[in-house]
Amino acid sequence: MTAESDAAIAANRFGLGARPGELAIVGTDARGWLKSQLHAGAPAVTADGLQSTAQILTGAEPILAERRAAQRARADAATSEDSAVATLAMRLPQYLRPIYLTECRARWRAALDSGRPLVERLVHFWSNHFAVSVDKQAVLGIAGSFEREAIRPHVLGRFHDLLLAVESHPAMLLYLDNQQSVGPNSALARRAAGRGRTLGLNENLAREILELHTLGVDGGYTQTEVTSFARVLTGWSLGGGKGPLASGTVGTFEFRSLVHEPGAQTVLGRRYDEGDQAQGLAVLADLATAPATAHHIATKLARHFIADEPPPDAVARIARAFERSGGDLPTVYAALIDTPQAWDGSTSKFKTPQDYLLSIGRGLDLPPENEPRVMGAFELLGQRPFAPGSPAGWPDRSSDWDGASELMKRIELSDAVAQKLGDRRAAVQLAPQLLGATLTAATRQSITRAASPSQALALLLTAPEFMRR
Amino acid sequence: MSTMRRDFLKLGFAAGGSALCARFAFAAPAVTDARFVFIIQRGALDGLSAVPPYADPDYARLREQLAIGAPGTAGGALALDGQFGLNPGLSFVHEAYAAREALVFHAVATPYRERSHFDGQDVLESGLPQPHASQVGWLNRAVAALPAGATHGAELGVALGPNVPLVLRGPAPIASWSPTKLPDIDEDTLQRIADRYASDPLLSARLSEALATDRIAAEAGAPEGPSGPPAAAMISARPAYGRYTETVQTAANFLKREDGPAVAVFDTTGWDTHFNEGGTQGQLTQRLAILDAALRTFRDSLGETWSRTVILLATEFGRTAAANGTRGTDHGTGAAALLLGGAVHGGRVVCDWPGLSAGALYQGRDLRPTLDLRSVIKTVMRDHLGISARKLDAEVFPDRALSYLPDLIRA
Repeated sequence: MTAESDAAIAANRFGLGARPGELAIVGTDARGWLKSQLHAGAPAVTADGLQSTAQILTGAEPILAERRAAQRARADAATSEDSAVATLAMRLPQYLRPIYLTECRARWRAALDSGRPLVERLVHFWSNHFAVSVDKQAVLGIAGSFEREAIRPHVLGRFHDLLLAVESHPAMLLYLDNQQSVGPNSALARRAAGRGRTLGLNENLAREILELHTLGVDGGYTQTEVTSFARVLTGWSLGGGKGPLASGTVGTFEFRSLVHEPGAQTVLGRRYDEGDQAQGLAVLADLATAPATAHHIATKLARHFIADEPPPDAVARIARAFERSGGDLPTVYAALIDTPQAWDGSTSKFKTPQDYLLSIGRGLDLPPENEPRVMGAFELLGQRPFAPGSPAGWPDRSSDWDGASELMKRIELSDAVAQKLGDRRAAVQLAPQLLGATLTAATRQSITRAASPSQALALLLTAPEFMRR
Repeated sequence: MSTMRRDFLKLGFAAGGSALCARFAFAAPAVTDARFVFIIQRGALDGLSAVPPYADPDYARLREQLAIGAPGTAGGALALDGQFGLNPGLSFVHEAYAAREALVFHAVATPYRERSHFDGQDVLESGLPQPHASQVGWLNRAVAALPAGATHGAELGVALGPNVPLVLRGPAPIASWSPTKLPDIDEDTLQRIADRYASDPLLSARLSEALATDRIAAEAGAPEGPSGPPAAAMISARPAYGRYTETVQTAANFLKREDGPAVAVFDTTGWDTHFNEGGTQGQLTQRLAILDAALRTFRDSLGETWSRTVILLATEFGRTAAANGTRGTDHGTGAAALLLGGAVHGGRVVCDWPGLSAGALYQGRDLRPTLDLRSVIKTVMRDHLGISARKLDAEVFPDRALSYLPDLIRA
């Protein structure tokens, strides 16, 4: 491949879509440009109004307390005040939604402005690998702070640290119900049993850590081990609570000995004798460096950056880098960058709606006043931020995104954007700046022959090579 | 819907030479009038709560507060056959059962025996024994196997919603349609985009499908719409959770058309009840009630087409026999499924009940499956859609000979 097409691949496949002038910055050493992004600090987001998870959940406390009081009052009263309770029920989303939107806008802006777009794409990749979804209300306010607190600080660090940060974050614990899971022989369960109440395990987090976050579904674990691991994770919870359950700080991780299942557990053939939180830390440490984890992560990275069905030798190469470095992520990314198939000149990944919108935003240097409409566009194209709808995250294959209706919406959206900006963004000049050597003669010709500047821009944004990366 | 775009369609990509032209050679009218609808319940619906086996001696003990009592008790199940009941949220299904338009299946499962949602759904949709064995869904294969002349001839399906689920994916092309608030694009720009896509097989196919489907959607809304054009073989939809009404009405408008699609798919979610599942008044009951209300609207909107319709409701697997520690249930194996519709020979529970005793449970924790869900599907494909047994064995469910079940469909 030529250096020129390498630049376009670096900016579009590895990055988030070229900004005008970016291909010149990439220059002739595309791999060097990408690798240089890995050696600066963690990619932070700064924007007015961003709060920590602890602040957000603390702010929700009075609303939750009032709602509980109203529910008790209703249970006591013979005549119910349903409308009052319903009004209270609305207050939580009314509190959380603006927080969510602030996070979405900050994330959008960070992606548009980033001069290290590979790192920003990696943030999105890991955020999707460790997916939480705002269609569960408990997560609505804190999906964004989860990404800022658990993903960003570790995206250029070790996988092990990333894993620990994720699995102990309130958003993940709430999303996969672990704060509810109680060891059947824990102190709390025994106390409850004395009052005729059964408390016990919830397997949700344990299963998804094994299946989705580390080993992968074919990683060689059994149902018995899922259950053992669920016992290990009992006690991984949040601060707060009332009466005898009060402990820790609201909105931060809290290990609760009271609900932890005592005794040794066996996971993947290894016996863990540690007590309390140390038991979970020991299992996660082993999972973080297991060969099956290396293979699973390598497969997902290769699928994201190379092809829907990635070449096995490319996966093996990335997995080897993972294993040899003990999960040192910059080493893994460098192996990915050095994989020859990633530089295959044929654009091979169909953009997700997020990819597509970000590449438009960066390519056209979309000004901030468009942001409310942009959020609508994400929803319209089927990828509302932080809402993959399942712990598996958004799918990453062309067939998941290339439906006819979706294509028509991209076309209509491009046309609407072009109507608005066509007189200020000259497609003829822009096309080579965004697509570099991947710009085809057919697209160049269709843009040149367009009947109007806005039509030319619509033809650029809908071009086959702009639909892919 | 855009009149402009429809006018554009009439021009038939006048530029000529476009690969798109062939797709608009409009098809012969429908021959089959049978309609099949698959409602996927993603997340592993708890069959022991949807169809409580209240008479099983172990049920109440295992389920604790989640147990739904016998009919006639406070908050009890809706009576079926003396052994099983329906969740109190399923009042419409219960009426349909009484009218002999609903069949209930229990202890049913796909061949999948692990407990991953995503692999389980893959098997539910591919119809093959192993996950990730194919990128072609069984319903796509089934439609391709419809008797000659039974479809509308157009190589065309419609997905209502942005994404096409695996069960519909495959060589028989699928279009998708969903309402958009964006202004319509002008004809000339669209023509130029179509020209540019002519050398791109994927994009040209998708664009032509989108244009054809827009027209159907426009006409589906109009009672006296123009006659003629093509006919979707398939539609699918993924309505937002709880917002099913508009989608079922739109789908009914598609299905009612004489040359409408033979097949539709809806995705539903919200069934993964690890926490606070609840009993008679609980979360799951409320969610079932929302779906039940949508089914009633669907029946009403279909009008006389209901008599020619079979709806399958099924999930990827069931949930644990016992309640978990957080008033919910974890991933299990055996599940319940439903057939519903005017063409169903209903009013029975079809089940070889394995029981819930400790020794009877699968791996000591789940309802043991005694019926392959694909036998139900295969029987419906043969007896309702008229697909030949030979094609069903060779092309739709090729991995092994599955038996047929008697009397699922009205003669």
